[in-house]
Amino acid sequence: MSAASTSTAPTSSPTSSEALPTAEQHGIKEHSDGRFGFVPVQTRSARFKSFDVADFPAVTGREAVWKLSPVAKFTDLTGGVLDGSAYDIDATPHADVDVSWVDRTDARIGTAGAPEERAAANAWSSFETALAITVGGEEAKEITLTRANLGSAPRAAHTIIEARPFSQAVVILQNTGDARLSENIEIIVGESANLTVVTVQEWNADAVQLANHFATIGRDARLKHVVVSLGGGIVRVNPSVHLAGQGSDTELFGLYFADAGQHLEQQVYVNHDAPNSRSRVTYKGALQGAGARTVWIGDVLIGRSAPGTDSYEQNRNLVLTEGTRADSIPNLEIETGDILGAGHASATGRFDDEQLFYLQSRGIGEIEARRLVVRGFLSEIVQHIGSKPLEERLQGAIEDELRGTEGN
Amino acid sequence: MSVLEIKDLHVSVETDQGTKQILRGVDLTINEGEIHAIMGPNGSGKSTLAYTIAGHPKYHVDSGSILLDGAEVLTMTVDERARAGLFLAMQYPVEIPGVTVTNFLRTAKTAIDGEAPAIRTWIKDVRESMAKLRMDKSFAERNVNEGFSGGEKKRNEILQLELLKPRFAVLDETDSGLDVDALKIVSEGVNRAKENTGLGLLLITHYTRILRYIKPDFVHVFVDGRIAEQGGPELADRLEDEGYDRFLAETPVG
Repeated sequence: MSAASTSTAPTSSPTSSEALPTAEQHGIKEHSDGRFGFVPVQTRSARFKSFDVADFPAVTGREAVWKLSPVAKFTDLTGGVLDGSAYDIDATPHADVDVSWVDRTDARIGTAGAPEERAAANAWSSFETALAITVGGEEAKEITLTRANLGSAPRAAHTIIEARPFSQAVVILQNTGDARLSENIEIIVGESANLTVVTVQEWNADAVQLANHFATIGRDARLKHVVVSLGGGIVRVNPSVHLAGQGSDTELFGLYFADAGQHLEQQVYVNHDAPNSRSRVTYKGALQGAGARTVWIGDVLIGRSAPGTDSYEQNRNLVLTEGTRADSIPNLEIETGDILGAGHASATGRFDDEQLFYLQSRGIGEIEARRLVVRGFLSEIVQHIGSKPLEERLQGAIEDELRGTEGN
Repeated sequence: MSVLEIKDLHVSVETDQGTKQILRGVDLTINEGEIHAIMGPNGSGKSTLAYTIAGHPKYHVDSGSILLDGAEVLTMTVDERARAGLFLAMQYPVEIPGVTVTNFLRTAKTAIDGEAPAIRTWIKDVRESMAKLRMDKSFAERNVNEGFSGGEKKRNEILQLELLKPRFAVLDETDSGLDVDALKIVSEGVNRAKENTGLGLLLITHYTRILRYIKPDFVHVFVDGRIAEQGGPELADRLEDEGYDRFLAETPVG
């Protein structure tokens, strides 16, 4: 299987690779992700999908979805036996939010998406019971679900988050403790519902998490999705959003802070599949310490079915020390010319010296100025979460991460 | 009484075409309470002088010195200069995403004074200064300069001038891009700061317009990296009538 990875040029419905313009004709250049001039012929939505792990060959690490991940470090999750039983969950109760374990036969399962790689399919084949969070009620509300005792044995999980039509909620998934986890989360946003899902990864240092989020958004509905990855050894959270209803809207935010030896990855996919849909993707990360590694891949597909699309995606990385690596690969695929806008941006760099100069010229010392800039850089994401208590707590968590910078 | 002395200052920058000399021997003495205007055509090195005083790393001092009450400023870091009492109101203030004006002002004030300001009086001071500069209260919670208009950025610079109370301030083309109402408001802020603290001012401008509202004691004409002529306020009036042609004609091209 070969997937889109390099080009930002519209793929004009190629029927074969011969139909594509040559590099000389259109000036197509490969990005620096090592595809050596390969021009994708496969539309993002045409990737192979299956619920059954047996349909996927063993993972080699050369697959498009795995090539930037340390696959040798989690062969148990891509190929081994996973514990798919229920686990401890701590949830804040709310009258309009039902949290319960449901059978594999629940009608909602499989409606938001399907695995595109082996770890996700392994989890799908292995889960015995799914955690279902069902949101009703039109008033704004916030609930937090905490997983703290997943243990260090390989396990599978499946979660459904359904926002009923016209409902409104902020759902926070808080992850701490040990984990060797492959999981799928289905997010179903009903007509005119307004749902925020925040997933916070503050795992122990050697935890491994491979998560796929599949969201489908109904007519005039809105999903805000926020990925905050701070703790864990290998954390891969891949949100995939299907803008299925007319006027559907999604904002996808990500904040990650990789320390020495940490691998933090996110592969984002937005599928514009209905008229007048809108998407904004903003991921920001900081890297410090030897071997700190981050990966961001942002795929946006604007289908023929999506006239009037308004889309923008961006990734920014701030490199704080030597010895880190940030991969950033935006892909934009446009099948219709009738759109409001589509753009992407990616930048990875050191401090902005002009910002430092400005702060220092007001008497602020260099270390404090650097901390202000990094805090400010990441705060842009924090400010969008929409839960004041969580925003405050995360600002504190970022401070803790930053304290590790000093002395470097 | 404080004094800022600039002595035979030579400054260059690195460009793609190699090292370029910009300041060619600037001598200037500013006493506390004085207002000096530096006027000159584009490219004459006015802004270079401003940024060199503040310590921007882009500018290399080849020779000369800047003394604040006898202490060498050129060996101080950027933040040490600010704490010593120097302030630069920038022509193009940068945006600091994610840092609110409130947080920024408090952090800067704490750094300059060496201790956190007393909360109640500080909040009152900030509110009063903002009100006088006709800045809406909502600015306090906005990120520094982010999404500010040109005029709003300039007011934010003068807000800092009023609150941080430097001994000497350099205003780098603070008047550029301001409409007449904004220019009056900003000028009033500068005059207020001078009344309250008696600071010395170095006013860098291309136009004479701002000098209607901030009255200089001395006017220096800056051409080709040095002061070509100096005098009192009447020199500004003459420049208003004649422009810079008289000076440029004497300057070799390149």
